[in-house]
Amino acid sequence: MTSRQLNKLATRIGFWVLVAVVLIYAIFPFYYAVITSLKPSSELFSVSYWLDSLDFSNYVAIFSQGSFVRAIFNSILVSISVVAIALLLGITASYALGRVRFRGRTTVMLVILGVSMFPQVAVLSGLFEVIRGLGLYNNPAGLILSYTIFTLPFTVWVLTTFMKQLPQELEEAAIMDGATPWVTITKVFLPLMWPAMATTGLLAFIAAWNEFLFALTFTLSDDQRTVPVAIALISGGSQHELPWGPIMAASVTVTVPLVVLVMIFQKRIVSGLTAGAVKG
Amino acid sequence: MASVTLDKINKVFGHDHIIKDVDLDIGNGEFVVFVGPSGCGKSTLLRLIAGLESITDGELSIGEQVVNELPPRERGVGMVFQSYALYPHMTVYENMAFGLKLAKESNETIEERVMATARILQLEELLHRKPKALSGGQRQRVAMGRAMAREPRILLFDEPLSNLDASLRVQMRNEIARLHHRLGSTMVYVTHDQVEAMTLADKIVVLNAGRVEQVGTPQELYQRPLTKFVAGFIGSPTMNFLPAELVAGTAEGCRVRANGVGELPLPQEPGRHDAGDALTLGVRPEHLGLAPASGDNAFEIVNVEYLGNEVYVYLEPKEGDTLLIHRSEAPSRWQTGERVALVPDPEHVHLFDAENRALVAKRARSVA
Ligand SMILES: Nc1ncnc2c1ncn2[C@@H]1O[C@H](COP(=O)(O)OP(=O)(O)O)[C@@H](O)[C@H]1O
Ligand SMILES: [Mg+2]
Repeated sequence: MTSRQLNKLATRIGFWVLVAVVLIYAIFPFYYAVITSLKPSSELFSVSYWLDSLDFSNYVAIFSQGSFVRAIFNSILVSISVVAIALLLGITASYALGRVRFRGRTTVMLVILGVSMFPQVAVLSGLFEVIRGLGLYNNPAGLILSYTIFTLPFTVWVLTTFMKQLPQELEEAAIMDGATPWVTITKVFLPLMWPAMATTGLLAFIAAWNEFLFALTFTLSDDQRTVPVAIALISGGSQHELPWGPIMAASVTVTVPLVVLVMIFQKRIVSGLTAGAVKG
Repeated sequence: MASVTLDKINKVFGHDHIIKDVDLDIGNGEFVVFVGPSGCGKSTLLRLIAGLESITDGELSIGEQVVNELPPRERGVGMVFQSYALYPHMTVYENMAFGLKLAKESNETIEERVMATARILQLEELLHRKPKALSGGQRQRVAMGRAMAREPRILLFDEPLSNLDASLRVQMRNEIARLHHRLGSTMVYVTHDQVEAMTLADKIVVLNAGRVEQVGTPQELYQRPLTKFVAGFIGSPTMNFLPAELVAGTAEGCRVRANGVGELPLPQEPGRHDAGDALTLGVRPEHLGLAPASGDNAFEIVNVEYLGNEVYVYLEPKEGDTLLIHRSEAPSRWQTGERVALVPDPEHVHLFDAENRALVAKRARSVA
């Protein structure tokens, strides 16, 4: 072997080692959670990285609790509502911000961006008052409201950027064909904006699905909780026992929908995130 | 089909006065071309007619109806855009049917109209394709089909051929001309290409900086330009301009002197101009004869272009840096480096005053 070939081989090995490290770093925690969830609790503290046998008792345990099933249902309700509301408002707002010229348009855009920079804790107490004032405390609607507040700026911003890139003449062609703004949005722009909508919608869904702080603060009873809080509140047989098995089973259960969603939409996400980078 | 009347139309964007007092009559079934340099307001004028921009001042009528306040869909106009602007997610059929659907036509009517339009434009084979699977010329035809399907009273075109390559452009130009003969509908067409304007138009409107410079048939504009701008804009290669001086008025017209040409008797009347006034002499390349010469007044030939059927001879100008052009049938006796005198054909010489307005020939006036 010449030194050049050696060099090439070394580079290649180095590359794959690096890939392996990154993969392990990214996947190991999830892998370990899956493993743990499939072990009986008696084996929990014997450290092993392989599964000797499959044991679904942890899954049976969490699904036999009514409150966990209820929490999943709440999470689905809240997340889907947030996505639907955010996309509807986002699309209509982005039409105004992206296609209609009016005074103060840039200011509005900057305010929207500014609002999205506040940390959750900063608005927690204020939002709590609002939600109590509206009578939405301990109600999924309160969570929908507060998540939408945090999701909208991002949604509007991304959709506006996307909307701005759609050619002016396309809209004018629709106007000449007799389309009202609503028809233009729904029949002409929407079909072209699926990638952007899939991207923003999915990110909104993930944010709402995983949110913990608001969910903990704005709900009180078991039957109003969402999954992240429900998992945190899973307790063991005694004060001294942390039920790792059921917690991991629950975590895996609620992660699977996200993984599935990302897989379904991955092509569109990529084209949504890179759209406009080069003119298509 | 309908006529269009523009009465003192003005358009102001913010502080920019873009369209200034445009008066224009477009007859029923006429093919009118707006031509002018980029940025002169052609598209804006077209969009005012379409209703895509609001009219700042003046009155626009289509047929007998004032349409200033009508939205585009109620004006009965169809428009073909420069970028085609086809709906990318719809098939050719759906593109053409979209406007009809919005107009709540019955399904039978929609199908009938779309099929009829597709037949005229030879799109029948393509009806189920999406725009991205079409060639440039096909997209162009679909864009026209979409504009035509609603059977508008007027068809508007904004530089529809400028995205096509040269040979396709000539072909589509022909198709549009034939379409006009066949449909006989009123068409308004915007282009910055004077060849397109000359070949397509019944009537050309030359625009310059938001004003109408001249309106006329292609022949009128070519033979009797009213301003130096029109003279220079229409015709290719462009007209030669030489600085000149009025010597005197005569019974037949006037006498003019130009550097390198000597004194010329011309049919134009001096009008309010006096001897000694500065004028500009305009001669088209085909009317600029050459003769062998020497001495200070002679022009040097800097290049000779052979185009097969004809020859362009380029001369170093005395002033400015625009080369003078002589054009004649091939073969040409002239060679690069020779020195020549200019021999313009007095019948075809144009004269412009300091305000760039043409001096009118006696005969032209008596004919008119
Ligand atoms: N919406 C608009 N706002 C401001 N200025 C405009 C607008 N549309 C056109 N203009 C200006 O009007 C002038 C004429 O434009 P246009 O009609 O597109 O020219 P043309 O089609 O002859 O090239 C240009 O200087 C352009 O900048
Ligand atoms: Mg234009």
